[in-house]
Amino acid sequence: MMYLATTGRRSDPSSRPAGVGRRVPGTVVALGAVSLVTDVSSEMVTAVLPLYLVLGLGLSPLQFGFLDGMFNGATALVRLLGGRIADRGGGRHRTVAGAGYLLSALSRLGLLLAGGAAGGIAAALAADRLGKGVRTAPRDAMISLSAPPEALGRAFGVHRAMDTTGALLGPLVALAVLGATADAYDAVFVVSFAVGLLGVLVLVLFVPGGAAGPPAVAQPVRPARTTGRRVPGRRAPGDPAFRRVVAAATLLGAATIGDSFLYLLLQRGLGLAPALFPLLPLGAAACYLLLAVPAGRIADRIGRRTPFLYGHGALLLAYLALLVPVGPATAGLVLVLLGAFYAATDGVLMALAGPALPARGRAGGLAVLQTGQALARLVGAAGFGAAWTWWGARPALAVAAVALAAGLAAARRVLPDGRPS
Amino acid sequence: MTAAPRATVTRVAVLVVAALVLLGGSLGYVLRAGQRGGHRVVAADASFTLDEPGLYYRDAASGRVARASGPAGGPSCDRFHAAGEHALCLRALPGTPARTEAVVYDRHFRAIRTVTVPGIPNRARVSASGQLLSWTTFAVGDSYAVSGFSTRTSILDLRTGYLVKSVETIPLTVDGARYHAPDVNYWGVSFAADDNRFYATVSTGGRTHLVEGDLAAWSARTLRENVECPSLSPDGSRIAFKKKVSADPAAPWRLYLLDLADLREHPLAETRSVDDQAVWLDGATLAYALPAGTSGVSDLWTVPADGSGAPVLLARGASSPVGIPAPPPP
Repeated sequence: MMYLATTGRRSDPSSRPAGVGRRVPGTVVALGAVSLVTDVSSEMVTAVLPLYLVLGLGLSPLQFGFLDGMFNGATALVRLLGGRIADRGGGRHRTVAGAGYLLSALSRLGLLLAGGAAGGIAAALAADRLGKGVRTAPRDAMISLSAPPEALGRAFGVHRAMDTTGALLGPLVALAVLGATADAYDAVFVVSFAVGLLGVLVLVLFVPGGAAGPPAVAQPVRPARTTGRRVPGRRAPGDPAFRRVVAAATLLGAATIGDSFLYLLLQRGLGLAPALFPLLPLGAAACYLLLAVPAGRIADRIGRRTPFLYGHGALLLAYLALLVPVGPATAGLVLVLLGAFYAATDGVLMALAGPALPARGRAGGLAVLQTGQALARLVGAAGFGAAWTWWGARPALAVAAVALAAGLAAARRVLPDGRPS
Repeated sequence: MTAAPRATVTRVAVLVVAALVLLGGSLGYVLRAGQRGGHRVVAADASFTLDEPGLYYRDAASGRVARASGPAGGPSCDRFHAAGEHALCLRALPGTPARTEAVVYDRHFRAIRTVTVPGIPNRARVSASGQLLSWTTFAVGDSYAVSGFSTRTSILDLRTGYLVKSVETIPLTVDGARYHAPDVNYWGVSFAADDNRFYATVSTGGRTHLVEGDLAAWSARTLRENVECPSLSPDGSRIAFKKKVSADPAAPWRLYLLDLADLREHPLAETRSVDDQAVWLDGATLAYALPAGTSGVSDLWTVPADGSGAPVLLARGASSPVGIPAPPPP
């Protein structure tokens, strides 16, 4: 968080009034803090859940897989629904997102109270997923509406960096709690619940409730929603520029193979001890964390289309690096490239799509975009799994690289230039 | 405009107070949970050995290995098996990510080898001679699919001291053709009397197969689909296994018996869903664990291997059964 106060040198200070875009808006920082705290809460549960269910409760892995996978489809629907409700106006973004955060926090109590009952656990996990599905699109819409359009990249970069920080801290907190209590899972749930509530509280106290209420935190820039240049209305996904972004993101999503495959290839290439396996995602997340803000700033300076495409270029390089025998140096390179890929594409995509959507259709539009990308990635991962089975790892990876290159070429033609006007 | 800063101060104050209450409460809970003391790992009592023949199992109340109708004097284990000269005990290590300690004991529960592997304890098996040991853990995090676990199965040969950390490296033939896939998982090894051949489950592409492996030749081939957790009969002619019979996650499996001579199978009299690698108590009786009323606790049951009869309760609050025969006269 410390760079927030000092950051702010812009490329072209003459074209805008002094002070505008110099600081990341308070709302974005507040939303980042909410995500940080919430991710600590949720990742600490994610880290211990398999242990708790299988060892603590004696659930079979099949049952666990069922519980875990059961709600993926429903999450997509809920996300779309959350976006639409949030768009109904009257400052509902915060209400809908807040309800999502609260539901996830309460689900920890559900886990605690369910004891060993599989039905209760399923309900608690469903509530958590529901909350996660509901809140994502309104939250990103709020970020895109509270930062000036020309500083959206940095705003999303700051948010994603804070979010990732929470995700990195969560398992550590869980580890500390388990260590202090000789594996009392209930203590993990209680701490997670308290931390989750704290996240909701930060949202309620520090994120302004939208156009209906007065701006609660001193902000250099008013939310863009009041000055939206487009005609308000909920014809969001119909906008041609937005449709192009969705098409490009979906296309590229289907050409990615899934991170776990990359980690698996790395682990096998290195002969890495399984105990060290968690270090791989950790390394990529650390790179993401470090690069998210710089990538966002670059996106603001040169337009978001280029970093988005170059980010996928980094992923392509990672695939190519894995085609040759893996050594420690290549492994490090792959993790850096993967972190760069996320830094240059995840928040940047939201910054690219946000301005193409009318303020009143933004949450719904972003939900469509996120859902489309997530489903496409699922298809891509499944396809790669099948290709690996048929052809072996290396040929499958070569095919994936060709597919991604083709996807990139197509996306280059499809994508509009996201440079702020 | 003085109202805004004052409102901000109020908000910060509210947040600080709430944070103190919430985090203080959490800390209090954690400290109290720490005093509760969780499950402590206990070594075997000096008097507890495998010399006395009979049924041994893991006692749910104490988490220790017990002899039937005796006190639970054995070591703390999450999974247990024993045969011949050795016993195998799987223990979940505290903390996350999950790790399992596999301890090999002699008949007097002196630890002679300890191996730490990633994952959650699942299956433990010792060959009849006690020279080959195998264990399976659920490894978390190395599966490409978000949902679902991957398993990791190790084989330890005490004659040479050689440890196969993951059986996944064995060349596998599926339906006569050499097979490569990223999602190959093995679990539930059962050794033949020759201390070389073994049976196990291999799962890939969403299907499970019975696999026959050869340690000396280091190769494996699938024999049949939809066979999990095989358990080879003492005479080596039959395999008890759990067969997936339903898509209902609450009751997916049923115990079956496969005759290796003609590969014909028949269901056993147990109609409840069994998620265990059954154990042969003798040439005609199988023992297995079934969930009891309380979560995480199971009871032991037996059922005839020929498909006749009905399940009989063997022991309450128990799992990991093993029948120890009288030691051969010196």
